[in-house]
Amino acid sequence: MSDRRTEFEAAPWSGRTRRYDLIKEGVVALLVITVVVAALSTLFGSPDDKQITFKGWAIAAPADFYATAVQELAGTSGTAGYGAPYNSASDGVNLGPLHLAKLMGVTHPVDTVNDFVITPLTTVVNSGPVADALKQWQSSDSKTQSAWATNYDTALTKANQDPAKVSAGNYGPVPELASGLLTMAQAGSLDGALLSQGNYFQTDNTKQTLFLGDGSYFNDQSTASNLQGSTWGMMNETGRYPGQAWLWLYSFWYQIPPFNNGDNHPFGANADAWIMAIMGALSLGLICMPLIPGIRSLPYKIPLHRLVWKNYYQEENL
Amino acid sequence: MSTSVEKEMWTSKLRKSWQKNLPVEKLLPDTQPAYVASWIYLFGVATLASLGVIIASGLILAFEGASWYHYSSVGHFINSMHFWSVQFFFIFMVVHLWGKFWMAAWRGRRLLTWVTGGIAFVASIATAFTGYLIQTNFDSQWISYEAKDGFNSVGIGSRFNVTNFGQMILLHVAFLPLVLGVITVIHVLMVRAKGVVPPIDAFNNELGERS
Repeated sequence: MSDRRTEFEAAPWSGRTRRYDLIKEGVVALLVITVVVAALSTLFGSPDDKQITFKGWAIAAPADFYATAVQELAGTSGTAGYGAPYNSASDGVNLGPLHLAKLMGVTHPVDTVNDFVITPLTTVVNSGPVADALKQWQSSDSKTQSAWATNYDTALTKANQDPAKVSAGNYGPVPELASGLLTMAQAGSLDGALLSQGNYFQTDNTKQTLFLGDGSYFNDQSTASNLQGSTWGMMNETGRYPGQAWLWLYSFWYQIPPFNNGDNHPFGANADAWIMAIMGALSLGLICMPLIPGIRSLPYKIPLHRLVWKNYYQEENL
Repeated sequence: MSTSVEKEMWTSKLRKSWQKNLPVEKLLPDTQPAYVASWIYLFGVATLASLGVIIASGLILAFEGASWYHYSSVGHFINSMHFWSVQFFFIFMVVHLWGKFWMAAWRGRRLLTWVTGGIAFVASIATAFTGYLIQTNFDSQWISYEAKDGFNSVGIGSRFNVTNFGQMILLHVAFLPLVLGVITVIHVLMVRAKGVVPPIDAFNNELGERS
């Protein structure tokens, strides 16, 4: 019986037919959609909030930029402790026993000390104190560098990120280096230096983006635009425009327990990995839906198809 | 002798298979089964029409460059065409997909038609996502920063680096449209070759009439 049904449904239709102009339908659809899209484009345009630059950040929130530069030197920033694919500072998130990021290795190495601070500073002519600080840093061993930066990072945090209130201590050239980078950023020189890293052609913005994300300024801007993941940010857009609404299911998981609690182990703390795995499985499920028992039977049990083929069912008295 | 040689040729096999499964009458028919009379059938062609607007506006943006629309009013208009046509594309495609689900459109050896449609949906999401990453504005900065964690968490970030603008723009304008274009063509050809799936109760009804 089921074979006969399959044969029938696969065979060319031998019942009643009607005239149907596919080409005309396609051309009319194209014209109508073009006109509607052009009208919406004229009336509403499209979102285009200006990109954030290091210059803009350093001028608008100099204390945040300064503190972030210190964190990059001390190795306490988000990027410095991220793990693969940027460095080996941590194991990163895990999917049960699988540390997939770690398994894939450090494929985009980022050295926050040199890539974010020292190398950019060497690309400009610095003032006397900054040039001296750079020489002092470069002539010191890594243990001493780390001790200076860590001391100053701790002291700056205690002083609520106000360099003027930092108590005296063994900070080496760190305050001068951070000041030098702030001056460089405010002058607009850091944007290009971070991207180029001494090269001419460069199209990889990884280092800029990671540095930007280590500060609070970038995050604050996205919170103000309602773009954070905890507020369905993945499917939002800047301004009052529709975003990637098709990512609603992906965003959904970040809104519910146990994934919305970063302190929850093993799921909340590893939400990114679990949600990627869930969405991968659901995508595969969508593609293979006709093979999934139960789900493939729903169209038979819930007869919405009678609405689609309303004419056929009426004419055939079914 | 010549016949046996012809049988062994891949070219002749492909031609015969094409002629058998997809003759021009099937490719460009001027009639359809009488049951093809519902608004739901419009969403497939509307999806394709939206894709046409996306490709046309995207080609113009590709020729003018990723930053053109920031300073040119014409560029902003073309970018807006691209933006809104993508919105319509997804709306139409999702309705089309739901429609096909409730019609159990995989019946009658149409499983691969469904599968190619599902792959096209996933490929569309990937293509749109990379488009959002190359807007060269605040939104693309933030999306790349946030999305990197998801891809890194399962190791994909080691090869698919969303903060690498060069990689994303190449994927968005070259590789992913090629994948989506090819899978869409295959999907449409399968629809034409297999025909539109009959109503769920047509088997019993039509067989009853014949017996």
